Amino acid sequence: MSVDATTVRRIAHLARIAVSDAEVPHLQGELNAILAFVEQLSEVKIDGVEPMTSVTPMEMKKRADVVKDGDIADDIVRNAPDAQNHFFLVPKVVE
Amino acid sequence: MTDLTSMTIAEAKAGLANKSFTALELTDAHLTAIEAARVLNAYVLETPDRAREMAKAADAKIAKGEGGPLAGIPLGIKDLFATRDIRTTACSKILGNFIPPYESTVTSQLWRDGAVLLGKLNNDEFAMGSSNETSCFGPVINPWRREGSNTDLVPGGSSGGSASAVAALLCMGATATDTGGSIRQPAAFTATVGVKPTYGRCSRWGIVAFASSLDQAGPIARSVRDAAILMRSMAGHDPKDTTSAEIGVPDYEAAIGKSVKGMRIGIPKEYRLDGMPAEIEKLWSEGAAWLKAAGAELVEISLPHTKYALPAYYIVAPAEASSNLARYDGVRYGLRMPGRSIGEMYENTRAEGFGDEVRRRVMIGTYVLSAGYYDAYYLRAQKVRTLIKKDFEDCFAKGVNAILTPATPSAAFGVGEKGGADPVEMYLNDIFTVTVNMAGLPGIAVPAGKDVQDLPLGLQLIGRPFDEETLFSLGEVIEQAAGRFTPAKWW
Repeated sequence: MSVDATTVRRIAHLARIAVSDAEVPHLQGELNAILAFVEQLSEVKIDGVEPMTSVTPMEMKKRADVVKDGDIADDIVRNAPDAQNHFFLVPKVVE
Repeated sequence: MTDLTSMTIAEAKAGLANKSFTALELTDAHLTAIEAARVLNAYVLETPDRAREMAKAADAKIAKGEGGPLAGIPLGIKDLFATRDIRTTACSKILGNFIPPYESTVTSQLWRDGAVLLGKLNNDEFAMGSSNETSCFGPVINPWRREGSNTDLVPGGSSGGSASAVAALLCMGATATDTGGSIRQPAAFTATVGVKPTYGRCSRWGIVAFASSLDQAGPIARSVRDAAILMRSMAGHDPKDTTSAEIGVPDYEAAIGKSVKGMRIGIPKEYRLDGMPAEIEKLWSEGAAWLKAAGAELVEISLPHTKYALPAYYIVAPAEASSNLARYDGVRYGLRMPGRSIGEMYENTRAEGFGDEVRRRVMIGTYVLSAGYYDAYYLRAQKVRTLIKKDFEDCFAKGVNAILTPATPSAAFGVGEKGGADPVEMYLNDIFTVTVNMAGLPGIAVPAGKDVQDLPLGLQLIGRPFDEETLFSLGEVIEQAAGRFTPAKWW
């Protein structure tokens, strides 16, 4: 399988990465090189094989539903590009 | 007391214990060496003040007889590990000036045991790369050069800063991470020892995530014994990582020098590639001969799905990365680029913040997980992964204790030499290491010889799950036979 220019733009949008028209042909070539490389997986007989969900046999652990910390709002917003009164600020979402 | 930087950790521990030098002197010697080696670009952040403070604290503890197992040992930390109040970037523009308000579990255990932080080490952006050329801080230079040449070589990647710093005597050991070969391949390129532990052995908490089902932290050191010493401090169960294994940490150092007599060592025929350089083939046979001379038994084995590991990896790893890296959106931390809407802000931020390789992998990952393609790519790759793991299980069930392979298909190459036109050319570097991550197994790369250009080459040993000890015993046999290799200083 290979991707066309429209698909490259669609993937970029799904990934939320702005891509200029000038970059599309280049990206298309690179993505197709990778897709051509992984194409060989289609030769593998996978009938009846379970997909891997955990690389080591382990049970999914669940933590106790308790509060273990808190009052760290300063820490949480410390690295924010834009914050006010312990809120993250973003461009207007709802008109 | 002439050269405090060329000792092993084991030697430095002895020197500190018998008061031949202080932890502060040891740290100062390394800080001086780091300053003189900036051309290698191994460190992206030097923390001399913190280092001296920690060294003084270690001296005080040693004086009271309370020094931990790594008291006063100066280390470098890959910039993928969150360090409290110290900038952590994963060498990506998108993390910008991120200052973690927390400490990764692995590094917190190193400080608990008395180690000293010299600074943060360069790596490929988000650990995506095999040459340390994708870092936003620029490429790391390998202290090794081809005989009679001034060409800058890559140290491998993604833990290129770790490998380069350890090889160039800019720290006594370093933390690293390995998702497809990122500890073992740079170790092989720099004549250092690199250990990728069993998945679940070291906590992933506080390490910037790349591909969560494959990522593992491990040490890079100058000897097998040093790697064992560091492993003991880095490993251990952590309730904060649900995939962390609840298994006790053995005294890995005790495995050094243990007899390997009667061990069955598998030689996988699928690792004998067409067009493999004769010197790699020769190195591999030499390694097998050394293990045989030490009493191990060699058996030819087959791992039939080997050739599918790398293509399956390039579906699974980007898929997980695309999901993990969704968090970099310019809202909570790191870079933000303005946009007219929140969507445009996300898109502009991620376009500006991610480098080419990261963008490529996020896009591939997004594609293979997207509606209509999931079954054909991702689900199929996860089934192939089951088969790869089964190949190893079948061999271990037949009594194989460990598997010997080359670590890399070549020695270090020049900066800018690979992957320019076709990204797959660079990916092929991990052909011998990636199977281990796909199967969650432990692996060690040990320096074993040099190629015709006088560049180091390494061998890889692959072990049973949670049996890193056998790898240390076998690795020691190779180190004893091959010797240790130090680059000639030119910087």
